[in-house]
Amino acid sequence: MSFEPKIIGFLCNWCSYTGADLAGTARMKYPANLMSIRVMCSGRVDPGFVLDAFRRGADGVLVCGCHPGDCHYVDGNHKCMRRMPLTRRIMKGMGIDPARLRLEWVSASEGARFREIVSEFTEQLRRMGPLELKEIEFDPALEGAHHA
Amino acid sequence: MAKVNIKIDGHPIEVEKGSFILEAAKALGISIPTLCYYPHMTPYAACRICAVEIRDGKGWSKIVTACNYPVWDGMEVLTTTPRVLNARRVNLEMLMSQCAPVPVLQELAREFGIDKPRWGTGEDTCILCGLCVRICDEVVGAHALAFSDRGIHRRVATPFDDTSSDCILCGACASVCPTGHITMEDIDQRTVIHRDLTLGPNAAISLPFRQAVPNVPRIDPQRCIHFTTGGCGICSQVCPKECIHYDDVDTFEEIEAGAVIVATGFDNFDPTPLKQYGYGRYANVITAEEFERMNNAAGPTGGHVVLENGQEPRSIAIIHCVGSRDENHHSYCSRVCCMYALKFAHLVKEKTNAEVYQLYIDLRSFGKGYEEFYQRILDEGVNVIRGRGAEVIPSGNRRKDEGPLLVQCEDTLIGRFREIPVDMVILCTALEARRDAKETGRKFNISVGADGWFIEAHPKLAPVSTSTDGIFLAGTCQGAKDIPDTVAQGGAAAAQAMKLLCLGEVLLDAAYAEIDETYCSGCRLCNDLCAYSALEFDEAKKVSRINPALCKACGTCVAACPAGAITGRHFTDDQIYAQIEGMLT
Ligand SMILES: Cc1cc2nc3c(=O)[nH]c(=O)nc-3n(C[C@H](O)[C@H](O)[C@H](O)COP(=O)(O)OP(=O)(O)OC[C@H]3O[C@@H](n4cnc5c(N)ncnc54)[C@H](O)[C@@H]3O)c2cc1C
Ligand code: SF4
Ligand code: SF4
Ligand code: FES
Ligand code: FES
Repeated sequence: MSFEPKIIGFLCNWCSYTGADLAGTARMKYPANLMSIRVMCSGRVDPGFVLDAFRRGADGVLVCGCHPGDCHYVDGNHKCMRRMPLTRRIMKGMGIDPARLRLEWVSASEGARFREIVSEFTEQLRRMGPLELKEIEFDPALEGAHHA
Repeated sequence: MAKVNIKIDGHPIEVEKGSFILEAAKALGISIPTLCYYPHMTPYAACRICAVEIRDGKGWSKIVTACNYPVWDGMEVLTTTPRVLNARRVNLEMLMSQCAPVPVLQELAREFGIDKPRWGTGEDTCILCGLCVRICDEVVGAHALAFSDRGIHRRVATPFDDTSSDCILCGACASVCPTGHITMEDIDQRTVIHRDLTLGPNAAISLPFRQAVPNVPRIDPQRCIHFTTGGCGICSQVCPKECIHYDDVDTFEEIEAGAVIVATGFDNFDPTPLKQYGYGRYANVITAEEFERMNNAAGPTGGHVVLENGQEPRSIAIIHCVGSRDENHHSYCSRVCCMYALKFAHLVKEKTNAEVYQLYIDLRSFGKGYEEFYQRILDEGVNVIRGRGAEVIPSGNRRKDEGPLLVQCEDTLIGRFREIPVDMVILCTALEARRDAKETGRKFNISVGADGWFIEAHPKLAPVSTSTDGIFLAGTCQGAKDIPDTVAQGGAAAAQAMKLLCLGEVLLDAAYAEIDETYCSGCRLCNDLCAYSALEFDEAKKVSRINPALCKACGTCVAACPAGAITGRHFTDDQIYAQIEGMLT
């Protein structure tokens, strides 16, 4: 059986969630690999959410917001745009391929685009295979070691 | 100004010293014929038809021209004495010896009982009143016309009888010429129907349209002589209320509003790219909007349905769905075209004897009373053909009694290719989103759909609301619709807006962000993040605070707070982590 990646999607309420809704009401099919969480704005996406998703077994995380300039809250998506590269840096440090985190802009009318993004990301993650996290033992004795 | 007292035909009047007899007579309602007089120019006394007799009350009397003779105290003016009438008659006969056919002179001749002018009748039409030359000099300021030659050769001309580069085509000379010697056709020989007639009024000052609000005229600076040459200014002279201010400028006003209804409407699809229909190539291929203007009693043809050559059409084809239901342009149905096309057919039948052909894909007579209207136009003998108009081509050397345009289509009901010769083709162009819809949408934070229409909050449950509180939609900006639907939506939007205003207070959403002051470190990281200035810093306690009335609950600050001091109500960290956990286990 082929590998089916698990994807957590954070969709902003005004554009992307509506866009996803449109894909649904228009009876467009997209892979069931994506599980969507509605947030009011892509600016609400705490990097902690992304990391927690990977920790709990997600193979990919998709963050979707309104196109730049179209954020319902003026510029929440700009804040998100700055946070995601930083999140990727942390991911890299943790040994997670930064390509497993995607940031996309989907407007309320772009149901078809949403479907394409999800299908494409799913396909990409299938090729990448499951995310394997190494469990690292934390040795309290090492704390502050190099200060000594 | 000093005043003087005069009498005209026995009626006393007090007038300004130095003013002219004609003005005083006008004020008294006494009519004196004039030919070369125009109220807003210096009197010229060329025609001498305004002759009157003046007396000083001591036996002295004289014939003078009323238009340019200044009044003096004690003057007695007589306008109907045999001497006056004789003087006018002689002048008229002399004018007729040059210009007998001129209608104004003919009319005066009847009035004066002149059957046969004593010095013969000339065939010229210029009475050399100089109105044209003077209006161009004094009023327009273009100085394009002048008198040339002398004596019996005197005439009005442009320099060297050439096309004058100074002429601004304002037409003032033609409009002021009392004899019709100068006509606009002489000045500008373009054919004047359809495309050259603007859809709106084409005078320099006019009401934009009959029902305009506010119902006041406005000046089109491109056509106004004052704005082009600095001359004219007649409108400001004649306006008794002194409402005309040429130096007025646009002003910007800020209006505080508790709610906004966006009703910015639609644009008409431009059919030029659909080359097969020949719009722009054949003058008698017109758009529905142009037909509406032509059909309007206040429109350019006064409501007459005419061809470019001014004649009544013998046959008209109405092509539906131009730019609508067309994958290359708009895939949606514009909703109103079928019904207005039927309305056009009915109007054409009412106003002309033309044969009407409707070329449709599907006839959508969806509304109340609409199907009945469709039946009615069928009874009126309108030809209804199911098939998209394919092409409009010139019919070449076909029979004279047939129209010069051939409309080709496939009649899908009889399964035949047809060619219909017509005089006129009306294109039912699509309704499309305004070209500035995106910009307007951004201004009001309204989402714009793929086809450019604004998106309502919910298609069934909140059809006039938008995703922004207090901003409502009405009419075609939200999607193609007809007037009844537009009005209904407008009413609904107004009611929604009133609901907000009448409440007098704003109901806050339960979702907003809160700061737990015990955890806030006072780093102020969140302070600059908020687009709504909902965050403020308490200098005394060194903590940040959120004003729940300003917070829109985006959660940007929540995600940023390093201390985890901010909670986004209804979207708390705990709730979201729980969702992630739930989805992945
Ligand atoms: C040829 C033709 C024939 C039709 N015949 C019929 C018919 O017989 N019966 C019928 O029911 N319907 C008919 N319709 C449809 C009808 O015209 C529309 O339903 C109606 O005009 C929609 O009204 P509206 O207020 O939404 O938009 P509009 O009539 O387009 O009005 C919008 C207004 O907003 C103004 N505006 C735009 N942007 C701004 C801005 N940023 N700031 C300020 N103002 C702005 C525009 O100048 C315009 O005045 C016809 C349409 C066409 C094209
Ligand atoms: S970011 Fe958090 S800790 Fe910093 S000021 Fe704002 S609420 Fe306080
Ligand atoms: S949630 Fe958004 S709107 Fe509310 S205070 Fe924070 S940044 Fe401002
Ligand atoms: S509301 Fe969609 S990104 Fe901010
Ligand atoms: S009107 Fe007075 S002379 Fe022509």
